[in-house]
Amino acid sequence: MESKNYLKDIGEIKNLMNRSSRFISLSGLSGILAGLYALIGGAIAYFFLFPEPGGFILFNSWNFKMLIVLLLSIAVLSIVTAFLLTSQKAKRNGEKIWDLTTQRLLFNFFIPLVTGGIYILIKLNSQHYGLTASLMLIFYGLALVNASKYTIGNIKYLGYAQIIIGLVCAALPGFGFWFWLLGFGVFHIVYGTIMYFQEQKA
Amino acid sequence: MGIIDNINKLFDHRVRLGIMSILVVNEAADFNRLKELLNVTDGNLASHLKALEQVKYVQVEKSFVDRKPNTKYSTTKIGKQEFKKHIDALEKLIPK
Repeated sequence: MESKNYLKDIGEIKNLMNRSSRFISLSGLSGILAGLYALIGGAIAYFFLFPEPGGFILFNSWNFKMLIVLLLSIAVLSIVTAFLLTSQKAKRNGEKIWDLTTQRLLFNFFIPLVTGGIYILIKLNSQHYGLTASLMLIFYGLALVNASKYTIGNIKYLGYAQIIIGLVCAALPGFGFWFWLLGFGVFHIVYGTIMYFQEQKA
Repeated sequence: MGIIDNINKLFDHRVRLGIMSILVVNEAADFNRLKELLNVTDGNLASHLKALEQVKYVQVEKSFVDRKPNTKYSTTKIGKQEFKKHIDALEKLIPK
């Protein structure tokens, strides 16, 4: 039989399935940088914005507003970095960055993320800060798992990891800050490094 | 006969196989998207789509987007089943 032809067929099927439904993988370097931003942001918060031991942050205080600004800048900076590095990588490989698959990827990523973001803001407004870190980790993890269907790579596992430590974090009140650093900082760096080495190999 | 029973003659063509591969992993795709991914001419793609449509492996939905005609293609249930059978058969044929 012409098994060679069939082998080629299968290869082509796989290629078309991937190209038509999956967005090119995010650059590993952007994961490492996102993790570094989170760690630096965490350090700034720890040394400059956190109250003296035994004190607490008041809603509407200057510190609280600065914390929100800090969080938003980390998020924006990470997204911009990911976008720039990924489009650069796509250009190098001769792939288009903005097509139907990308739109679907972003749409599916933002559904859980925006839901979580709004939920956290509502909770903060009614002065429930306790679970903020845990909720951020869980919803971010869900966003990653949801988006992973449309991207090549192992982003799903990063999502699972974030969900798990988000839940652990919910069970251990008082350590939110440290879990946040672990999830958004360390996990991103570990994941980015693994991705980075895979890219170099490929 | 044996293992080649399930090899579907209809899929024994690069373009038709390509159309099915794209449609089984996407909810739907329009004509231009298929053309872009498969890198074929209008006429070629249209004739293969017609063939798949006739055996009801593919369904067509015509509509207007900004007053321009837009044709969306998606797989039917039979189309998906047949495609899966075909792939399974192909995989059995390939020496491990």
